[in-house]
Amino acid sequence: MLLKKGAEASLFLEEWQGRKVIMKRRLPKAYRLAALDETIRVQRTAHEPQIIHRAKEAGVPTPTLYLVDVANANIIMEFIEGKQVKQILNDLSQVERASLCRHIGSLIGRLHSHSIVHGDLTTSNMILTPQGKVFFVDFGLSERSSELEAKGVDLHLMKRALQSTHFRSAKECFEAVIAGYSKVVGKDAAEDVLNKIREIGRRGRYVSER
Amino acid sequence: MATRRKADYYCIGLESTADDFSVGILSFKGKILANEISVFMPETGGIHPREAARHHAEVAGKVLAEALHKAGIRPREIKIIAFSQGPGLGPCLRTGATAARALASYLQVPLVGVNHCVAHIEIGKHITGAKNPLTLYVSGGNTLVAAFEAGRYRVFGETLDIAVGNCLDVFAREAGLRQKLGAPFGALVEQLAARSQNFISLPYTVKGMDLSFSGLLTAAIELLHRGQHRLEDVCYSLQEVAFSMLSEVTERALAHTEKPELLLTGGVAANKRLKSMLETIAKEHNAKFCVVPKQYALDNGAMIAWTGILAYQHGLSTPIEKSFVRLKWRLDEVYAPWVGG
Repeated sequence: MLLKKGAEASLFLEEWQGRKVIMKRRLPKAYRLAALDETIRVQRTAHEPQIIHRAKEAGVPTPTLYLVDVANANIIMEFIEGKQVKQILNDLSQVERASLCRHIGSLIGRLHSHSIVHGDLTTSNMILTPQGKVFFVDFGLSERSSELEAKGVDLHLMKRALQSTHFRSAKECFEAVIAGYSKVVGKDAAEDVLNKIREIGRRGRYVSER
Repeated sequence: MATRRKADYYCIGLESTADDFSVGILSFKGKILANEISVFMPETGGIHPREAARHHAEVAGKVLAEALHKAGIRPREIKIIAFSQGPGLGPCLRTGATAARALASYLQVPLVGVNHCVAHIEIGKHITGAKNPLTLYVSGGNTLVAAFEAGRYRVFGETLDIAVGNCLDVFAREAGLRQKLGAPFGALVEQLAARSQNFISLPYTVKGMDLSFSGLLTAAIELLHRGQHRLEDVCYSLQEVAFSMLSEVTERALAHTEKPELLLTGGVAANKRLKSMLETIAKEHNAKFCVVPKQYALDNGAMIAWTGILAYQHGLSTPIEKSFVRLKWRLDEVYAPWVGG
């Protein structure tokens, strides 16, 4: 059953070896040149499991992988029961929202301190389970990097995602994310990243504080 | 004198954010009576703001007269003057704003400052009939993916550095191409690209729904100067990578927002390859694909006039003392009460 058709892959909810699984299929994109399409699909399929593995080492909940088929750009993984943070964030109380965002920030901090940059930090890519655990999914655009620039862009994307989708509480949410982040990476490192985020923001088009 | 119907109100819109000076005239009901455009095209190099502003000042009177003549209305029938207040190049914006203030005070009608990016979306909706689209706006100065959510247009994705049109323009200049009226750099690159099927790998940079073109541009220029490839092949590869990046972020935003329509506008919207890629994506997500026709996709006065009318009808106008130009006026800063939903 097709769950979601995204820009990168289609997610199917299937039964596999008696388990409820997500089949992430990076189907060919008809709009793209075949050569470019193949490179992108295969690279991302080969890359994603490695990063997911490292994320687990960092203590960030991610789905368990059951099967990786690079040639067909297909990954079978655990189905995480829960809700996308995108769906629930706006309906939480201010206190709950801040607490969830702090938690998300601390998970991002763990990724970054293990030289993992997620590359698509939106609230659609975070799943809150009924037990209160937050899983990060979709590491298709992630990379291994310990550079300040990469970490800055990663959090800049998080900030932008909050501004476009959770505009009413974007500021408090991002501040809570940074608070949680800071607890993990340390105050000085967090300050460096914050400065970088400001610099990246100023680089964009039409920024009045430049 | 016969009493005039309400439909006989008109708005003059002045556009002068970059290299085009344009005057559009619309009725309050949305009929486009005139849309005159004068393009500044430098012999060499990019758009020098001062030179472009000089061009605008020189042609302003003529373009305005032509538009009024075409519209066949008398100055007294004009209800408001709209102008592009930003974002854009300072000297160019100021020239348009000065003309707008002069007109408004001479005719003693209200002035309405309009955001250039909002205007592109509004005229696109007006012309294509789109109601609630996800918009990809691609030009020499802008690259963004936006949609309306709760009172404002929100930017879901945008370039982290240069605009895609700028990337193509600078590459074309580096390659020694010369643009002409009716054949801008983008069209020249497109023509050359159409003569190749030889893909050379170039850096592909997508960050979530944002993108970056500066690395791609540098790599394409290096490839060109290495001299081992035909210009056609480099143009082809540059287009394929740049447009695939745009398509990927657009598809991501479409999947994220689940909007029923995809609107393509801006100068780069004229490119056939980009159009076909986005059409494929729209189809796959059951979204109606709406492309804004060239004369309303390029910078034009009609879009400013139309957005001015929408804003004015919702009680917005710009007093002279607040009509200073806003060079870095972001799309998501604009309060847009005229959009429902």
